[in-house]
Amino acid sequence: MIDCKGLTKQYGRLRAVDKLSFSVQSGEVLGFLGPNGAGKTTTMRIVAGFLPATAGTATVCGYDVETEGREARRRIGYLPEGAPSYPEMTPLAFLEFVADVRGLRGEERGRRLDEVIGLLHLESVLAQRIDTLSKGYRRRVGLAQAILHDPEVLILDEPTDGLDPNQKHEVRQLIGGMARSKIIVISTHMLEEVDAVCNRAIIIAHGRILADDTPQGLEARSRFHNAVTIKLGDPELVPAARDAIESLPEVESTELDDNTGRVTAFPASGKLPLAPIGELADSRRWELSELHLESGRLDEVFRTITGGASA
Amino acid sequence: MNAAWAVCRRELLSYFATPVAYVFIVMFLVLASTFTFYLGNFYERGQADLAPFFTFHPWLYLFLVPALSMRLWAEERKSGSIELLVTLPLELWEAVLGKFLAAWAFTLLALALTFPIWVTVNYLGAPDNGAILAAYIGSGLMAGGFLAVGSCISATTKNQVIAFILSVVACFLLLLAGFPLVLDVFSGWAPQALVDAVASLSFLTHFQSISRGVIDFRDLVYFALLIAACLYANTIVLAIKRGD
Ligand SMILES: Nc1ncnc2c1ncn2[C@@H]1O[C@H](COP(=O)(O)OP(=O)(O)OP(=O)(O)O)[C@@H](O)[C@H]1O
Ligand SMILES: [Mg+2]
Repeated sequence: MIDCKGLTKQYGRLRAVDKLSFSVQSGEVLGFLGPNGAGKTTTMRIVAGFLPATAGTATVCGYDVETEGREARRRIGYLPEGAPSYPEMTPLAFLEFVADVRGLRGEERGRRLDEVIGLLHLESVLAQRIDTLSKGYRRRVGLAQAILHDPEVLILDEPTDGLDPNQKHEVRQLIGGMARSKIIVISTHMLEEVDAVCNRAIIIAHGRILADDTPQGLEARSRFHNAVTIKLGDPELVPAARDAIESLPEVESTELDDNTGRVTAFPASGKLPLAPIGELADSRRWELSELHLESGRLDEVFRTITGGASA
Repeated sequence: MNAAWAVCRRELLSYFATPVAYVFIVMFLVLASTFTFYLGNFYERGQADLAPFFTFHPWLYLFLVPALSMRLWAEERKSGSIELLVTLPLELWEAVLGKFLAAWAFTLLALALTFPIWVTVNYLGAPDNGAILAAYIGSGLMAGGFLAVGSCISATTKNQVIAFILSVVACFLLLLAGFPLVLDVFSGWAPQALVDAVASLSFLTHFQSISRGVIDFRDLVYFALLIAACLYANTIVLAIKRGD
């Protein structure tokens, strides 16, 4: 369990983290969202034991990260922002070093090393200097290091930044596979990632929590939640169709996207316009090339909550 | 403690993965011999001892050791790898000790590679090998002292050039603490006890007796305390500055 109470970090006159309180239970995959400079990295650094907090406390599995730091850090796997490592080392030597400091020995050490090398597909670069690796491979070496000791708590700062789509998918599966038995905190700017791996999301800006909800809960805050988007085969029909749809009691308003020709119908509060729109299309014999129900758009919720501004 | 060993091994390996190791060792050997044979008049003196060799060690270390110590923490802070290192389950002092021991072991290796000069002097005459061993020990200890000072200073900055310059200045002042250049600053106003205390910090005074083959317990204690104090300060500096 991670438990933060009143976490504050002051940089001179700038308050990067402002009385942040939250706790995370085993089995939760928490996504940290927020504009650039919101304080995500700073918070993760405090919890991982890199930065001392100006005020407040953080405990990991019952150990205070400041006063019982070593015990806390034993239980944490941490991928710092930008995945720093030692450029002159090879991934193999680097992972062996981390295994040694983490006190892995004998058979277990070999088994864990083999496992993470396999999981992150590092076999082909094991003997290459880290400073000659591509950005994605460097990130994978950092991830391998973080999960090497099979920690109870994983803190990953932008884990999929710089990975190709295949690798992103694999890393998300990796995280999903580990999720049941662990606490995982990731920060990301890729909102689809929150949908894909997180079962909880915290949006922060200016060091404060603005929203703390499930991804579905956040999507439900979107005005697109339960909205219906259609595309008519014949563009000539669009104005008439909009009028007809807007006159439905379940529909609040419609919007036309001029670029794509899609019409989105927003629901009147608490109403579900999908079925009525379907029936309408049937009775008027519209030829629909698209008809789908929106679950809500995270990027729109993100912009609304954070006020569209960066910190 | 195992963590300290792991840090030490990693650090040593990284010396040899970069040109640092080779440049340092070659420069050390070239300069050590140049000083001995040209400035020290090794042959002309007609004595079978290594005094001309050891006399120049403090001046050799003055520039070479900060070149080695400057990167110890400054590089780690600059590249961000310190974030990785200190979030591993080790105490800061273990990381400090591990890195220091690696740098020291490396310097001792360079020192050990000067053995041909010892072979030469034994070939030419019959020196007092006990005294030579004592001088080697003293030289090694002094290198440790320089390194500890440099390591501590390296932790205060992300900039290796600054670390180098500050270390050279600090080591220079420590070397000459027993000499008028430094003492005159104090003697006008400070109580005699303070002046004596400053004088007793001098590397040179402590090294000179050992380099003549006299191992005085107090000199050993001096270097041991100096190293311990610097590494302690190093740990504190890191605890405060690690995130800046
Ligand atoms: N060492 C430091 N000294 C001074 N200010 C700092 C320092 N580190 C971070 N900050 C400031 O603290 C604030 C929060 O930074 P942080 O790195 O936590 O943001 P972030 O949410 O991770 O942003 P991003 O999405 O860009 O990674 C920023 O305004 C940043 O400029
Ligand atoms: Mg960040």
